Amino acid sequence: KMKSVFVLEIFSLACFVLLSQVSAKNAEDVRCKCICPPYRDVKGQIYKNNVTLKDCNCLHVVDPMPVDGKDVEAYCLRCECKYEERSSGTIKFTIIMYLSILGLLLLYMVYLTLLEPILKRRLFGHSQLIQSDDDVGDQQPFANAHNVLSRSHSRPNVLNKVEHAQQRWRRQVQEQRKSVFDRHVVLS
Amino acid sequence: FKNKPYGRTELVRLLGNVLYIQKLWSVLPPGVSSATPTEEMNGAGNLMDFLDEPFPDVSTYEDFHTIDWLREKSRDTDRHRKITSKSKESIWELIKSLLDAWSGWVVMLLIGLLSGTLAGVIDLAVDWMTDLKEGVCLSAFWYSHEQCCWTSNETTFDDRDKCPQWQKWAELMTGHTEGAGAYVLNYFLYILWALLFSFLAVSLVRVFAPYACGSGIPEIKTILSGFIIRGYLGKWTLLIKPVTLVLAVSSGLSLGKEGPLVHVACCCGNLFCSLFSKYSKNEAKRREVLSAAAAAGVSVAFGAPIGGVLFSLEEVSYYFPLKTLWRSFFAALVAAFTLRSINPFGNSRLVLFYVEYHTPWYMAELVPFILLGVFGGLWGTLFIRANIAWCRRRKTTQLGKYPVLEVIAVTGITALLAYPNPYTRRSTSELISELFNDCGALESSQLCDYINNPNMSRPVDDIPDRPAGPGVYNALWQLALALIFKIVITIFTFGMKIPSGLFIPSMAVGAIAGRIVGIAVEQIAYHHHDWIIFKNWCRPGADCVTPGLYAMVGAAACLGGVTRMTVSLVVIMFELTGGLEYIVPLMAAAVTSKWVADAFGKEGIYESHIQLNGYPYLDVRDEFTHRTLATDVMRPRRNDPPLAVLTQDSTTVEDVETLIKDTDYNGFPVVVSRESERLIGFVQRRDLTLAIKNARQKQDGVVSSSVVYFTEDAPQLPASNPQPLKLRRILNLSPFTVTDHTPMETVVDIFRKLGLRQCLVTRSGRLLGIITKKDVLRHMAQMMNQDPESIMFN
Repeated sequence: KMKSVFVLEIFSLACFVLLSQVSAKNAEDVRCKCICPPYRDVKGQIYKNNVTLKDCNCLHVVDPMPVDGKDVEAYCLRCECKYEERSSGTIKFTIIMYLSILGLLLLYMVYLTLLEPILKRRLFGHSQLIQSDDDVGDQQPFANAHNVLSRSHSRPNVLNKVEHAQQRWRRQVQEQRKSVFDRHVVLS
Repeated sequence: FKNKPYGRTELVRLLGNVLYIQKLWSVLPPGVSSATPTEEMNGAGNLMDFLDEPFPDVSTYEDFHTIDWLREKSRDTDRHRKITSKSKESIWELIKSLLDAWSGWVVMLLIGLLSGTLAGVIDLAVDWMTDLKEGVCLSAFWYSHEQCCWTSNETTFDDRDKCPQWQKWAELMTGHTEGAGAYVLNYFLYILWALLFSFLAVSLVRVFAPYACGSGIPEIKTILSGFIIRGYLGKWTLLIKPVTLVLAVSSGLSLGKEGPLVHVACCCGNLFCSLFSKYSKNEAKRREVLSAAAAAGVSVAFGAPIGGVLFSLEEVSYYFPLKTLWRSFFAALVAAFTLRSINPFGNSRLVLFYVEYHTPWYMAELVPFILLGVFGGLWGTLFIRANIAWCRRRKTTQLGKYPVLEVIAVTGITALLAYPNPYTRRSTSELISELFNDCGALESSQLCDYINNPNMSRPVDDIPDRPAGPGVYNALWQLALALIFKIVITIFTFGMKIPSGLFIPSMAVGAIAGRIVGIAVEQIAYHHHDWIIFKNWCRPGADCVTPGLYAMVGAAACLGGVTRMTVSLVVIMFELTGGLEYIVPLMAAAVTSKWVADAFGKEGIYESHIQLNGYPYLDVRDEFTHRTLATDVMRPRRNDPPLAVLTQDSTTVEDVETLIKDTDYNGFPVVVSRESERLIGFVQRRDLTLAIKNARQKQDGVVSSSVVYFTEDAPQLPASNPQPLKLRRILNLSPFTVTDHTPMETVVDIFRKLGLRQCLVTRSGRLLGIITKKDVLRHMAQMMNQDPESIMFN
């Protein structure tokens, strides 16, 4: 049950962080927007002010008033005032988090497609060229597996488990890619 | 079963195969036990154990196979009975039973939270990235156009959209804002950004999660009906699909995010199922959770919790008990509440195009509404036929070999043609929002360029019908071009190898058509207000026609024509608008479009894609009205080799292994003996393989010539024979049987209602043959003059 507790902990932490960002209000994050249509020879205007909800009406927000005293009421009757709120902290947090996840994925993709074959070729030489071709050419999904599995029996530690899991994941993705992109069996 | 004598070479080959199977399975951690399926094997206490490969269990299914609903349900009943009986023993057991009962609600809560969060993230990111194609906010780069100009002080109507903090790319690079050079530079950069986004999307999908492409709803329908597609609802798909969905939507392609959101929500459901063994070990219970997750997905996409539940009930789910109804509603509400608290659009609304007007409609307006329904049905038929033809071409010809190039080409063409028209340049959601909105005195868009009476002093909500100004006619031309463009380009966009939905494009097509019709009716009513039709309900100086309502009705009609939704469509639309008074026009349009579309073809877009892929989906809506009998469909046919069976106590282990090796059937019937052929039960191939492998490893004395028996007591054998192997526990003693004269109508009904995989055919108690789900689907396809060979999976 440790795995489930760990996942729940991460999840609740993320929720807490997100909610704290949401509740941290900036003074600039509330506004009252009044839209006043054209009236006689006054053109249409939009007024914005950072006031609270109870002050969100024409008299507090429209400043300077374009008409004289006796026309103010008629003018204000045609204006529509709306109270709007946003959370700039949430927007900032979300966009930056999304960009960092996207950046990480792109880096990992570049590593998998370009750097890893080059590194493997340099480290292991040409004798193992067939295996690196498998990663690029999707030819024999099991050729790598036997090698990795036979090596893994000797050193069962965490790093090895990660490598083993990664090989298994790569095999699965290759199978999926063959079904979807090559044989058009699923999701055509 | 042929009694072939075995030579030495064959024995060696057989032994070699058995040893190969053993060697392959020996690298797995030991412990492939013959434990009963009800034994709870909770996850190990080690954090790193999730990296280990899950070892095959007696109860797990193979990829691309159908589950056995009856077995899963009976296993769940066993588990529940065991927990209930143990709960009387001690307080701790009682608490465990309460936790077990509440685990369903905990899963729903978690699904709602995660789906709502992901939907909020997707909305915010799409908002920002769509504006990134045109310009950037200089004060804080993470703000979209509207957010950047939030605090600006521009006051006149004319420059309500301009503010110094947000600059277009041409202005940033060269300093010019107007002129041909700036326009060309903006155009070029727009296309460049669009190409970059779609290239990133398709590359990520290709490298990390190929199952993340497409809409996802046809595959989820098939999974919910009992099919297994391993990895389709996995963690990598959950990570990649929202990321690439944002990129795909931001690139300006004609696709939506609703279908992929359903897929994302189901991935969340699958993720949380693995926390509780009640759901992770039982495929039928897992599908109940997935149905509820689909409801949560639609709920956050449209801001319509009830509509989401009805969509899950009507479109996606296969087996939907009443308990799931209440839990789906809970999940949908939690998801909607989470999305609202993230508040992506700054006004506490859930969807960008929430409108709220209450102007009444008139009986005579039903005529244009029904016309819009006919348009919706016709467009639905056209779209389905064209899209399926294009997808089939992609599946069978060279076009399918270049997915990345295809995505880039379609994005390039879309961006090239979309930029000049201001209605296609902006995102489709904004377009729909503008079309749905009524024109008050405060709107500044071209669509609302009516000729105002300057001396008028009415309050802003009650503006009567006015003649259209030149801006409106201009907008009509542009909208007509946008309509043609969207109709054509969506056919090529849906089904590409990036996440793509089709709710928003269909609604856009319908909204454009509806708004054009609405403006036309409004102008006719204004200029000819003395005609008989208008005299009663449209007095001059009164507000009688609302073009925004026509846009809504058009959107509902087109969406209904494509997906053939009925109740869920109407509920989603009126939850979107908040106006209960518009139910009748929406229903009229939805019903008309469904009738018109059904006249041309019975399947909606999702059923057509299921057929194209050959999934084994037995639709509950299809009616089987032919008079064939079970003998016409069962196998073996007249010229086929006889049925491969096992006997209850005279088959040896090597006979069984040969049978498994030589054939690829998923199961074998067990009969009393070859002479009498009376049926005892049915045994699955996977269970047989595992049990024999286990026996060879664990039990002493079991060799190739050991006899396999399925009876309670071992058969009487001379003492020199090796020890027999008892396999009664893997035998299903109650397989479904029908007689050979059962009409196929009844057989199809049994398969549909019970979710069977195979059914045995007997006559006077003697086994004649077997009917599998694939045979049923092929027979139905043959009866409907479709290609029976297109059914590929079992």
